[in-house]
Amino acid sequence: MSNLKTNPIVRILRSPSRTALAWVGMIVLISLVREFTGVNDITSAGAMEATIRFTIPILMAALGGLWAERSGIINIGLEGFMIFGTWFGAWFGFLFGPWIGLLSALLAGGIIALLHAFLTVRIGIDQAVSGLAINLLAAGSARYLAGVFFTGRPNGSIQVSPPINSISQFTVHGLSPFLSHIAEKHILIISDVAGILAGIVTGVNWVSLMLFLLLPFSAWILWHTKYGLRMRFCGENPVAAESLGINVYRTRFIAVCVSGAIAALGGAYLAIVSTGNYLEGQTNGRGYIGLAAVIFGNWQPSGILAGSFLFGLTDALRVRQSTSVHALLILVVVLTAAYGLTKIKKKDWKGLITNFVISGLVLAYFLINSRVPDEFVTFFPYLTTLIVLAFLSQRLRPPAMAGAPYHKGEESGV
Amino acid sequence: MKAKKIFWTLIAPVAAIVISFIFVSIILLFKHANPFSTFQLIFSYGFQPGNIVAELNQTIAYYLAGIAAAIGFKMLLFNIGIDGQYRLAIFFAAVVGGSTHLPSFLEIPLIVITAMVVGAAWASIAGYLKVKKNISEVISNIMLNAIASGIIIYLLQPGRLGTKGPHSDNLATPTIPKSGWMPTISMFGGQLYTFGIVAIAVGVIYWIILNKTVFGFNLRATGLSFRAARASGVNAPRMVFITMAISGAIAGLTGVGECLSETHNYSLAFPEGYALTGLALALLGRNNPIGVAFAAFFWAFLERAAPILDLNGIPNEIVLMMEGTIILATVASYEVVKRINKRQQQKLVGSAQITNVESKVTKESAV
Amino acid sequence: MSKVIELKDIEKKYPGVVANHGVNVSVEKGTIHAIIGENGAGKSTLMKILYGMVKPDSGTISINGEVAKIKSPQDAIALGVGMVHQHFMLADNASVLENIILGSEPTNFGAVIDFKKAKEKILSIVDNYGLQIDPDATLGDLGVGVRQRVEIAKVLYRGAQILILDEPTAVLVPQEVEDLFKNLKELTRNGLTIIFISHKLDEVLNIADEITVMRQGTTVTRVLPKDTNKKQLAEYMIGGALPTPRPADTKPLPEKVLEMKNVFWNDRTGREVLHDVNLDIHAGEIVGLAGVEGNGQSELVELIMGLVKPASGFVSTVGLDTAKNTTRKIRDNGTGYIPQDRQRDGLLMSASLWENRILGHQETEPMSKGLWLNKKAAQNDSQRIVKEFDVRTPSISVHASALSGGNQQKFIVGREMSSEAKMIIAAQPTRGVDVGAQAIIWDHLIEARLKGAGVLLVSADLDELFQLSDRIAVIFSGQIVGFLDPRNTTPEELGLAMTGANK
Repeated sequence: MSNLKTNPIVRILRSPSRTALAWVGMIVLISLVREFTGVNDITSAGAMEATIRFTIPILMAALGGLWAERSGIINIGLEGFMIFGTWFGAWFGFLFGPWIGLLSALLAGGIIALLHAFLTVRIGIDQAVSGLAINLLAAGSARYLAGVFFTGRPNGSIQVSPPINSISQFTVHGLSPFLSHIAEKHILIISDVAGILAGIVTGVNWVSLMLFLLLPFSAWILWHTKYGLRMRFCGENPVAAESLGINVYRTRFIAVCVSGAIAALGGAYLAIVSTGNYLEGQTNGRGYIGLAAVIFGNWQPSGILAGSFLFGLTDALRVRQSTSVHALLILVVVLTAAYGLTKIKKKDWKGLITNFVISGLVLAYFLINSRVPDEFVTFFPYLTTLIVLAFLSQRLRPPAMAGAPYHKGEESGV
Repeated sequence: MKAKKIFWTLIAPVAAIVISFIFVSIILLFKHANPFSTFQLIFSYGFQPGNIVAELNQTIAYYLAGIAAAIGFKMLLFNIGIDGQYRLAIFFAAVVGGSTHLPSFLEIPLIVITAMVVGAAWASIAGYLKVKKNISEVISNIMLNAIASGIIIYLLQPGRLGTKGPHSDNLATPTIPKSGWMPTISMFGGQLYTFGIVAIAVGVIYWIILNKTVFGFNLRATGLSFRAARASGVNAPRMVFITMAISGAIAGLTGVGECLSETHNYSLAFPEGYALTGLALALLGRNNPIGVAFAAFFWAFLERAAPILDLNGIPNEIVLMMEGTIILATVASYEVVKRINKRQQQKLVGSAQITNVESKVTKESAV
Repeated sequence: MSKVIELKDIEKKYPGVVANHGVNVSVEKGTIHAIIGENGAGKSTLMKILYGMVKPDSGTISINGEVAKIKSPQDAIALGVGMVHQHFMLADNASVLENIILGSEPTNFGAVIDFKKAKEKILSIVDNYGLQIDPDATLGDLGVGVRQRVEIAKVLYRGAQILILDEPTAVLVPQEVEDLFKNLKELTRNGLTIIFISHKLDEVLNIADEITVMRQGTTVTRVLPKDTNKKQLAEYMIGGALPTPRPADTKPLPEKVLEMKNVFWNDRTGREVLHDVNLDIHAGEIVGLAGVEGNGQSELVELIMGLVKPASGFVSTVGLDTAKNTTRKIRDNGTGYIPQDRQRDGLLMSASLWENRILGHQETEPMSKGLWLNKKAAQNDSQRIVKEFDVRTPSISVHASALSGGNQQKFIVGREMSSEAKMIIAAQPTRGVDVGAQAIIWDHLIEARLKGAGVLLVSADLDELFQLSDRIAVIFSGQIVGFLDPRNTTPEELGLAMTGANK
């Protein structure tokens, strides 16, 4: 309770200036890694573009998770809502164009989430059971619906939808070539920043931009409006909220619906923007990765952005060039060693040694091997989250009552 | 009294199945298919002799996954990690089996025990994180499932522990020698796994340990109230850890029947999704070994019968939707029944009290 | 002076219990009005009625001379009645400001919180009433005393003119109590009215302008502090004669059932909770452990039961070194444990009574033999407990959760005394139970002493301590600050010792 004060993670994530500093620090580190390893793809404009494409769906899942969990309902069904999103996005996208596709996914996600809300909020069944059952339902329904609607259409089958018209992109003209030019010079830090910026301004997709803006928008709603405040209290102390006249059931219903809608948007993005059609299984566990990003990000918007970005980046680099992931190991070496050094101040020698041993092992692996096997890269987000949980669990601040059923009029037993 | 008890026990699963049939019927009507003839089709196909053996074999695997989940539930553990535990277990068991040449009475137990140990070991990671770091086993197990998949795919590459089969492109572990094959019983034109005996034994042992032994009492007590168990002298954190490991050990047995009697190796053809199935069956069967058995057969039956629908122009995925609905409806109806029962009990106690209070009041007024 | 609140003939029945009947209270504006009574006397129910959390069966509530219909806490707030709950209704993971404004946020455009305005309003309350809170602090960082001030600020923020404080000092250390009282005086000077619920006589005499006494669900009298004293108040509360006469003095036996030598213990954050504790209990005596809640009693009990291990020092329970033995061994060696939080630590709420009989004795005969449980023995012995301890239940197969608190406690006491325990730890054994159950529990504790058991009675109830104890050890901020002989100590002296005045 009282170690909140001394919690550097929370402190960093709470203050915008420190968050910015942390991002700058990361960029400097990454550019040093690039310089040192000579793997230039890490910060190239192309890699950045790919990263954005991979980050957005994860970020949507994570945002969905944030909404639900802040209101006190754990949504393991994120994967299911994404699957629903891919189908609805693809079908209505095919019929009426990509924008209608996105909109229908949003609505479908919100409406289907009513089921999760009803079961967990009103009936009070185990939230994990409900979420997993929704994943099962989603997988079954999507296949069923694909079989019914996609087969017989041009290029459509039970596994693939007919193609969706693509969404217009734009490039910030004067800026993009200029930045790309600088990026190709591989000057320490300057080229890296230029590369990242070039990736952001080249081939910008309106959908990516809009979905990305959902993050600050959600943060604003949750922390600056009265609805957000009330919602967060439903996750922290529903009894207290109820005693002040807040309708906990209704608030949680709304939050869960928003959660389902945003996750479904993430799914629709995959179908409409990433591939241009529905592919069976294309969510590929991103709902779970989103869940992981929420934990990794300590239930804070800037934290989940960092988590989604990190997981998106590894995904993007794996697809482009797996030596990049190998180069990133150096980052792990530096960060674990640095974290170990912070233990000196607390005289936590065991912590220092553990971190140094881990750092050393990763370094050894880096030096012995020339690339990280693809199979390992796929589970990198999961492993990272597990490690973060194991080492920082005392410092994480999940909403106090997330996961605990609440019945009006009964004192919460937990 | 007894009849009433049975009624309250059965009402929830029956209600759940009815609700899901209604739900599926509605979907079928949208597809302009007749629900009744569809269900009839499922039943007549499912009960064809040729299918019954396959269903029973599948029941064995589902049953073990269900019991693994049920043990977890008794400790309020939600073992969604059954998937990773079972696949890692069967993978290593197949590797060990494929690289040893012992007589049957040693080879088969060796494979079975390897599976249990690996399953338990993988589960205890989640158990450790739960007990020592207070991390929800749902989250850690989801992560561990993904990591297990990655490890298996990595190790299954040719040149590591896997090979390409002679007849297919599927990656698989080396074939287990004949001494490690478990016999089957021929019936209805199919081959029934004798591993079913192990499954039955697991069910019986589960029931006895839980209801008749001190260890089982400690386990249930810890699940009901961690703090009360601790105060009563149970090493509650250790109990949580052990339960997770046991659940993992039984999860490890899930694919062993198929491996020993049919495939004789591990390949990526082994199905995913046993965790969710196991949890669903434990919920449907109320953690009762006989209830879980019925649920497991029902599940196996539905899935075996599903493909016939395709031949009749109905996508067989309708069965998946039915399963999802059954899970949700089961849990919801149990919750409702639980509340009704609680209210009834309180009323009973209340009436016992009021008579007492009244007698006390009269006593006081007499004084 | 005008009456701000008048309660007339309030009655409330629960299934099995008459919580309130014939309750009459009237409170003058700008005063601190104390409502005192033993646990279970109906104070909390009454306050819940006043705050709209519970609906009375009959009776009227008038506020400022007008009959008021209070159906929900929102109605109460609208009428200017605010409640500071005993268990704080706050969220750790939010700022003080957010905690205060929740539900009554000042907004722009109807939705966006106007943090500036909120802060100004809070600061003006803080200034007016001298409350000393920082609106920007994170609640999780704050101590109990500050949290209570946040609760008070929350109520004032909503414009309450009448504040109900439910056992506000139960969780405070003496210094914080003093601060609280200063704050309360300040509030009444500003014209606010305070209803102060307590069972601590010293405090009430110290702070209240008027006192209403409740007993067994009804109000028995109304007095001014200057016209009364503690002894008289205690008599009002208990109803003249005490339920059980003090047992005859007996000589304790030489055998020690508890030995604690120079025991220190720190909590997870490194805070020292127990400091150099030395305590012996002999067979055949009841030692009372007196202290304000939160002064280390719970930790002391956990050490004796081997649930936690001492940082340094030596604890031996019935001859077993608790650092080297498990709780299981300690219990099986003849230690009975009646935990303070009976529902969380003493019972499996959703298991049958007979299964609860096994709890804590699962590895001793007759509840089990070797690896196997003995269901028959558990059921037979449960029947015995139900009969001997007058546990009101339709059968032994209902869940423990269905029983009332008093009956749950009787069952626990019966269970813990069933195996001829050599040592019994009774932590707040009669808290929240009705008078009948209290008498039964006291009788059995005395009987156990006569049979040669040593008893550690942890209690905050002075009467209980005086009635039962052969000696009273006083604990204050983790130290045993003295031993008192109940035969020649006054309640005042004990009360003083509990606040650390002797130190």
